[in-house]
Amino acid sequence: MNNMHRISRRIFLSLALLTAAVAQAQLSIEITGAGANRIPVAIADFVGDGSASRIVTSTVRSDLERSGLFKLVDTTGVALDENSPVNHADWKSKGADALAAGSLARSPDGRMEARFRIYDTQKGVALGGAAYVTSNDQLRAAGHRIADYIYEKLTGEKGVFSTRIAYVVKTRGQFLLQIADADGQGAATALTSTEPIISPAWSPDGSKLAYVSFEKKKPIVYVHSLATGQRYIVANLKGSNSAPAWAPDGRKLAVVLSKDGNSQIYTVNADGSGAPQRLTNSAGIDTEPRYSADGGTIYFTSDRGGSPQIYRMGAGGGDAQRVSFEGSYNVSPRPSVDGKSLAFISRREGRFQLAVMDLASRQVQVLTDSNKDESPSFAPNSRMILIATEIGGRGVLSAVSSDGRIKQRLSVAAGDVREPAWGPFFK
Amino acid sequence: MKKLLIPALISALILGCSSTPIPDDNGGAPVESRSGSSTGVTPVTAGGMDANGLPRELTDPKSKLAQRSIYFDLDKYEVKDEYKDLVASHAKYLVANKGYKVLLQGNTDERGSREYNLSLGQKRADAVKRSLTLLGAREDQVESVSLGEEKPKNAGHDESAWSENRRADILYKAADGRGEF
Repeated sequence: MNNMHRISRRIFLSLALLTAAVAQAQLSIEITGAGANRIPVAIADFVGDGSASRIVTSTVRSDLERSGLFKLVDTTGVALDENSPVNHADWKSKGADALAAGSLARSPDGRMEARFRIYDTQKGVALGGAAYVTSNDQLRAAGHRIADYIYEKLTGEKGVFSTRIAYVVKTRGQFLLQIADADGQGAATALTSTEPIISPAWSPDGSKLAYVSFEKKKPIVYVHSLATGQRYIVANLKGSNSAPAWAPDGRKLAVVLSKDGNSQIYTVNADGSGAPQRLTNSAGIDTEPRYSADGGTIYFTSDRGGSPQIYRMGAGGGDAQRVSFEGSYNVSPRPSVDGKSLAFISRREGRFQLAVMDLASRQVQVLTDSNKDESPSFAPNSRMILIATEIGGRGVLSAVSSDGRIKQRLSVAAGDVREPAWGPFFK
Repeated sequence: MKKLLIPALISALILGCSSTPIPDDNGGAPVESRSGSSTGVTPVTAGGMDANGLPRELTDPKSKLAQRSIYFDLDKYEVKDEYKDLVASHAKYLVANKGYKVLLQGNTDERGSREYNLSLGQKRADAVKRSLTLLGAREDQVESVSLGEEKPKNAGHDESAWSENRRADILYKAADGRGEF
């Protein structure tokens, strides 16, 4: 697609301390495409505590590079802190449009403080700077925050390096619901089950996941608090319970229930109280509800017209309008957070591929050339879309920019990765 | 008669004095059933139950009721004519055994959306449920659920695997709560 050139840079940041079991469930990232006009940026080595500075510097650099929007300018041997004088002309001649410099210092309470500044070398001015205090084991998190700051200053949109992703790993007959940083690092298992887990969905505040678990021989919807590990059932009616989607206010979930005979969309209270309220009344299958970011609209999949297509309706139910028209199988609608586009999976000549519709023009663009794309999920800045796909018979995750140019692949050494869900902005 | 045969067999084994079964028409005296490997006895529950506590006629491969799978065509959820007899046999069993319940699990092949497949599997289970209730099974004896594409019987990725995975399975539970779900 396009004139995408392969960077094919493998970043295996497997930490030596990890046990074999954890390491084989660790995601590794491969970048297979980049934007056409990457901003050249120099990230000088952070000054101060050696190993801590190295972790922060390398996290910032790999975040920016992985985004596909930046080209790193060589800074070998240059260590600058946030107060060092900057020779803008020198950096400009090295090809850098921007320069970041910073330091790490231990604060009196034993924590680490990362300070940095970002400069526009073309204009010869500082664009801003910040300081983040962090514990020693959260240095990568500080690096992600700094990368987000730089990303926003240079692109004008918010970065997603500090966000988290959820996904399911199937390995050795077990299903692991895992949470990792957006770069695939720091994976932690929230739930282990011998039965399938599907459709994880982040609460708007990022503290909980709703998902479907088959642990009781049928699909039941749970809400799971990540920090405490506490979980409770929000939908266990007669029949199947599935496809949870949070309303943007976090108080309700749209779910799909078959209690009245056919898969239809209902809402339930997020705390599990009360009775479900029915939203759709069709003779076909209605499923995969998703709220628009403003909470006013629900997009969903329905085969009421004879084949599965995407429809939308008001968040309270009522009349639905068909949204997808090309082809006989369009499913899994996901409106972008900025409300401008809709990602979905489209079957074309027997192949399931990620497509994006511009909601204003209704123009559809197919973004991948794969056979088995599933479960798209927008990054909260609407720029990237995370999908599950299959490569060499193995389930992997792929992040694709909404213009199709930038592609990253996330896989685990032993097992299938599927059902990705990109979490909200870090608060 | 059948009820008496098994205690009689147990008594023969416990006594260990004869490999010849006592004829079932002599109504041997009831013998206290013991369990545990130290006795050298395989525990058997009277009434011809299997390990799940279900009657053998539901699980004996020679019995029609041991056939528990109904297969479907691609994207379809109508019960095909070739399965009408099978469904009727299960309906008849449920009518005759009011305390028994079934869980119908609908399944699909791996292609397409997991959630849409979950709903498609539900339609398949619902179609079997509708047939069973039309033939006299009570509504509260039958629950239909879906496993979607999540529990393939055949892990392959070709049409022969997919056709095995497009199906609804019937699981039984006895009145005492024992059974397959």
